[in-house]
Amino acid sequence: MHSIPGRRFIMGLFLIFLLLPIYWLVNMSFKTNAEIVSTMTLWPHAPTLQHYRRIFTDESWYSGYINSLEYVILNTIISISVALPAAYAFSRYRFLGDKHLFFWLLSNRMAPAAVYALPFFNLYSAIGLFDTPWAVALAHCIFNVPLAVWILEGFVSGVPREIDETAFLDGYSFPRFFVRILVPLIASGIGVAAFFCFMFSWVELLLARTLTSVQTKPIAAIMTRTVSAAGMDWGLLAAAGVLTIIPGALVIWFVRNYIARGFALGRV
Amino acid sequence: MDKTVNQKAWFLVLPVFLVVAFSAVLPLMTVVNYSMQDTFGNNQFFWNGVGWFKELLDPSTDLGGRFLASLGRNLFFSLVILAIEVPLGIVVALSMPRQGWTVAACLVTLALPLLIPWNVVGTIWQIFGRPDIGLLGYTLNAMGIDYNYVSNAVDAWVTVIVMDVWHWTSLVALLCYAGLKSIPEAYYQAAQIDGASRWAVFKAIQLPKMNRVLLIAVLLRFMDSFMIYTEPFVVTGGGPGNSTTFVSIELVKIALGQFDLGKAAALSLVYNLIILIVCWIFYTVMTNAGSERKPQEGAA
Repeated sequence: MHSIPGRRFIMGLFLIFLLLPIYWLVNMSFKTNAEIVSTMTLWPHAPTLQHYRRIFTDESWYSGYINSLEYVILNTIISISVALPAAYAFSRYRFLGDKHLFFWLLSNRMAPAAVYALPFFNLYSAIGLFDTPWAVALAHCIFNVPLAVWILEGFVSGVPREIDETAFLDGYSFPRFFVRILVPLIASGIGVAAFFCFMFSWVELLLARTLTSVQTKPIAAIMTRTVSAAGMDWGLLAAAGVLTIIPGALVIWFVRNYIARGFALGRV
Repeated sequence: MDKTVNQKAWFLVLPVFLVVAFSAVLPLMTVVNYSMQDTFGNNQFFWNGVGWFKELLDPSTDLGGRFLASLGRNLFFSLVILAIEVPLGIVVALSMPRQGWTVAACLVTLALPLLIPWNVVGTIWQIFGRPDIGLLGYTLNAMGIDYNYVSNAVDAWVTVIVMDVWHWTSLVALLCYAGLKSIPEAYYQAAQIDGASRWAVFKAIQLPKMNRVLLIAVLLRFMDSFMIYTEPFVVTGGGPGNSTTFVSIELVKIALGQFDLGKAAALSLVYNLIILIVCWIFYTVMTNAGSERKPQEGAA
C-alpha cells in the first residue's frame, strides 16, 4: 500500500487528537475533587482511587454496568441469530420483493431513535416488558438487525456457491449444511457482525434510558446522577466514564485483525 | 451474480421480517395515529386531521418555525462535518503504517472513540472544553482566546463539530483503509513503470478503489449526523438559546418534554420521510455503482 509524504507526522498528530480528551478523562478520574476544581494539573498530583472504589462498592453504581452488558449481549444474540438465515437468503436467492425488503431493512438502520422513543415506551409498557433487558434488546434490534444482515450478506457472498452445491450433493440437509459448513466458513464475518451489534447497542442511550426506570437502568443513565445539590462530582463522573470505555476497548482488541474488513461491511 | 429464483427463501427471511416489523412497523403505526390527533392530557384525544402537518410546514407558526430552523441547522451541521471528515478520513487512511505492530496499534486507537457510549463522548468534551477544569478550554483562554461553549453560540458550534470530527472521522478512515488494502500490489508496480506521479496514483488507482466504501461512509455519516441527539444534548443541551438544537433534540423536547404527542408524531413522520428519501437516493446510487463494476471485475 502506498502512502503519502509526512504520513508518520499526520498519523501521530491525529492519534494525539484522539487520545488527548480520553487522557484528560482518565487523568481526572484519579484526582480528588478538590484538585480538579482548585488547580489545573496535567497529571494527578495526589492520585486517588476513591472514585473507582465508590463505583465498585456501591450496588446502584456497578449494577448499571451489569444491566448494560445484559441487554447488549441479549441484543447481539438475537440480532445475529435472526440475521444469519436472512443473509444467506439475500445472498443466494431471488424471491418476491427481495430488493424492496432489503431496502426497507436498511431504511430502519437509518431511522432516528428519537422518533421511536415514545411509541416504544407505549408498546413495551402495554406488553409488560418495560424496565426489562428484553425491552432494550428488542428495541435495539431496529438498527442492529438490518446492519447484521447487511454485513453478513457481504461475507456469505464471499463464499463460493460451489461449496453449497457440493455439500448438498454429499447429502447434507439444509440445517446441517448451515451449521456445519457455512457458519464455520464465515466465522470471522459473524465476529465482525457481533462486534458491530455490540458496539451500537453499547453506545446507544436514548432508547435505553427511555425504556428503563429502576430495575435495569443502564450505566449511561446512572451517570447523570453525579449532578447533585452539592454541585458536580467530577471525579466520580470521570471514573464512571473511563469504566464505560473499557468493554469497548477489550472488544476492539479481540477483533483488531478484522476491523478493517469489518468496517467495510465485508464488501471490499 | 446468477441468483436462483426460490420463493422458499422467504422462510429464511421471516425471522428478520417479524423482529423488525415488531419493533418498527408497530411503533410507526402508533406515530401515524398520534399525528392526526391532539391531546390535552388525561389520555383524551381529539381528531385533528392533517392540521399538524400544515402547521409543521408553515414557518410562520411556532411549530413550523422551530422545525424548519432545526432542520436548517441540522443540514448545515451534516454538510460541515461531511466536508471535514471525508477528506480527513482519506488522509488518515493514506497515512496508515504499512506493516508491523504499529498497524494494529493505530487501528485499535482509531476505533476507540467509536466504542465510547455517546453520552460519555458528550461528557468527555463537556469536561475537556470547560474553561475552569478542561484542558482545551483552559489552554484557549490562557492563550487569550475568549472561549466558552456555554454562553457563546459560535464556540458551542465549534465544540460540537470538533467533537463529531473526533468521534467519527475514524469510521471514514477505517472504511477507506479497508478499500486501500484491497488494491493489488501489481497496480502500483504498473503505475511506477508508467512513471505516474503520487497524485496520479491517488486519482487513478486509490480513489476509484475507495469509491464504494466512500459511498458507505458518506451514507452512514450523513444519516448519523442527521439524527444526532445525545452528544450535543450532553454538551450544550441545545443551547445557548436554540443555537445547537438539532431536529432530534427538538423532537424529544416536544415529545417527552412537553408531551405534545400530536405535534411530535407529525414531526417524526416528516423527519422519517426525509431520511427515507435520502436513504433511497444513496441506495440507488450504490446498487448502480455495484452493477456497473461487476462486469469489469469479471473480465479482470
